[in-house]
Amino acid sequence: MSVETASPPAAAAAERLPHYVSPQPFDPYSAEEMTPQQERYYMASQWRMMWWKLKRHRIAVASGVILLAMYLSITVSEFLAPYDYQSRHSDFIYAPPQGIHLFHDGRLIGPYVAGFDYHLDMRDLRRVYTPNLRKIEKLRFLCHGDHYSFWGLVPGDLHLVCPAEGGTLFLLGTDRLGRDLLSRILYGARISLTIGLVGVAVSFTLGIVIGGIAGYYGGWVDILIQRLIEIIQSFPHLPLWMALSAILPVTWSPLLVYFGITIILGLIEWTHLGRAVRSKLLALREEDFCTAALLMGAKPARIIGRHLLPSFMSHLIATATLTIPSMILGETALSFLGLGLRPPITSWGVLLNEAQNINVVALYPWLMLPVVPVIVMVLAFNFLGDGLRDAADPYR
Amino acid sequence: MLGYIVQRLLIMVPTLIVISIVVFTIIKLPPGDYFSTYVAELQSEGEAVDLQKIEFLKKEYGFDKPVWEQYLYWAGGLLRGDLGYSFEYNLPVRDIVGDKLFLTFIVSFATVLFTYVVAFPIGIYSATHQYSWSDHALTLLGFIGLATPNFLLALVLLYLANIYLGVSIGGLMDPRYLDAPWSLAKAQSVFAHLWIPVIVIGLSGTAGMIRRLRANLLDELQKQYVTTARAKGLPPFRALVKYPLRMALNPFISDIGSLLPHIISGAAVVSVVMNLPTTGPMLLEALRSQDMYLAGSFLMFLAFLTVIGMLISDLALAALDPRIRLSGGVSR
Repeated sequence: MSVETASPPAAAAAERLPHYVSPQPFDPYSAEEMTPQQERYYMASQWRMMWWKLKRHRIAVASGVILLAMYLSITVSEFLAPYDYQSRHSDFIYAPPQGIHLFHDGRLIGPYVAGFDYHLDMRDLRRVYTPNLRKIEKLRFLCHGDHYSFWGLVPGDLHLVCPAEGGTLFLLGTDRLGRDLLSRILYGARISLTIGLVGVAVSFTLGIVIGGIAGYYGGWVDILIQRLIEIIQSFPHLPLWMALSAILPVTWSPLLVYFGITIILGLIEWTHLGRAVRSKLLALREEDFCTAALLMGAKPARIIGRHLLPSFMSHLIATATLTIPSMILGETALSFLGLGLRPPITSWGVLLNEAQNINVVALYPWLMLPVVPVIVMVLAFNFLGDGLRDAADPYR
Repeated sequence: MLGYIVQRLLIMVPTLIVISIVVFTIIKLPPGDYFSTYVAELQSEGEAVDLQKIEFLKKEYGFDKPVWEQYLYWAGGLLRGDLGYSFEYNLPVRDIVGDKLFLTFIVSFATVLFTYVVAFPIGIYSATHQYSWSDHALTLLGFIGLATPNFLLALVLLYLANIYLGVSIGGLMDPRYLDAPWSLAKAQSVFAHLWIPVIVIGLSGTAGMIRRLRANLLDELQKQYVTTARAKGLPPFRALVKYPLRMALNPFISDIGSLLPHIISGAAVVSVVMNLPTTGPMLLEALRSQDMYLAGSFLMFLAFLTVIGMLISDLALAALDPRIRLSGGVSR
């Protein structure tokens, strides 16, 4: 060991560390061990990683929160709405929105609305409502108001907010029968928000089954289905929807019509999902795990359902989220034309049907307000879908 | 190229056949037919019904024959340019729809043109000025354009145009030109009225196209050849137009295929609101009254228009992109 030459300086030699061997038993797997943090990160399931990525997308999270709030609101529409959606106030036809005030003569007296003074303008033959700031109508909270039956089952009359005794509370105005627009929008959300979900469920099923068959079998089946999808997509959707909903018999109950419309919407919108499923399947079926399952004798249905679908479910859900807005807009357009849902069922499209007339824009512009939740919904679904799609993409 | 065109034309034939079958199924699906509704209506009003005439008409139009024979009769008529007979108007369909189809075509064409003219510069601008405030503003505007139901937008625009510009409400021309023969003044009036429906119908398509063009161009601009071109001192404008823009254009052209169904859908709703003399209101009426030949011919025409649009976009794409031309593949 003493082959040392004179070249290294003496000082350096003195500082050299003593030869050290750890007495600890050697663990050859120590390199693969991870700290709990690392473990949490590397072993995270696909869904957890998606969630982490999605959390960074702030607009998508905000949209998700808005959507969640809207969907929660439809579970308690009866409680939130100040009036029943069908109760008419014949003294207040086409009343404009009432603003909420807090201060009166510089003093804080809590939220109140100003009562209406009403007269008929004989020259233009129109009703004129002027808010009278001396008529103070204080809002009541958690109060008893219009009777309703909660989800058509439990009778009740508790509301979050009610008008003062003998007063009115039309925060968004009233329609031609004197029905409170805010209440009607809240009730209409129930139909408008669920119609997209049911429709997507239909198109999801169709898309997965048909797209799955095309992608898995390939060959002439694939070509045939591809052509079919192209044909359906080349058809203008709305006229097709119009034609199909004209088929629904007039004698059907409103609820049946509702399901009929959702199925019609789903029947045409499945093509996007079908395409997504197909192209993903084409790529995935060449993977080794798929061959392995095949060699072990798994049936096609099992391979598609157990091995292939889970590996791109996240992507599918993102695509589905993006199809919901077009369904909501479709329903709105159909109901607007009078081909979709019919009163007494109330959806945002049905409400907008009342705003079909140019007079409404000129005289009663608040009747167009149901369009606001429609826009918010569609935007929220679009942003959330974008965020989900980015989160589901492992390469970003 | 010739081979590709022929192949592309041949694909159209089965497509159109399937579409015609779908259309026929749809117009046949409602229970009953126009005559039974008509008779019931007359009887409920207590009017005498000339059953003999109805029987004759039913026989004349083959309502007593099996469905597939009726289909062949209808499809064969379409091939010869015979669109069938409208029971509601008591006229051949062709006489009713001729002018309307033409106007539908004009509105659609103008909308496509509008979409391209607007989307092109805006898309390029927001891609080259990514994350600037104007890009954000344009993106927001685009999203709102996507989300607003166009029928409502139509109403508001109509109202504003009437108040501020004095354009008459509804219709595609001033009322006094309605029955006048085509003249320069009439054409001018049409143009003065055309812009509202064109904006309204085109808005959502334009918004979508701006987003796609922006995304495509951004992808291209990040590639290394752009950096190389800049490093070698190519002027910025040329470095943008010469290669990246050309690459980003492909989806722009193939988009016309998906744009047209959109435009025609939008036109159908908007024209009902604005009372445009295009196919929308009449299609709605025909569907309600089960005037099957009228409705069927409309649907068929709309589908035909989009198929033609797709053909044009595919051919344009092939002319532009040698990869598609040579492999003979379908563009998307």
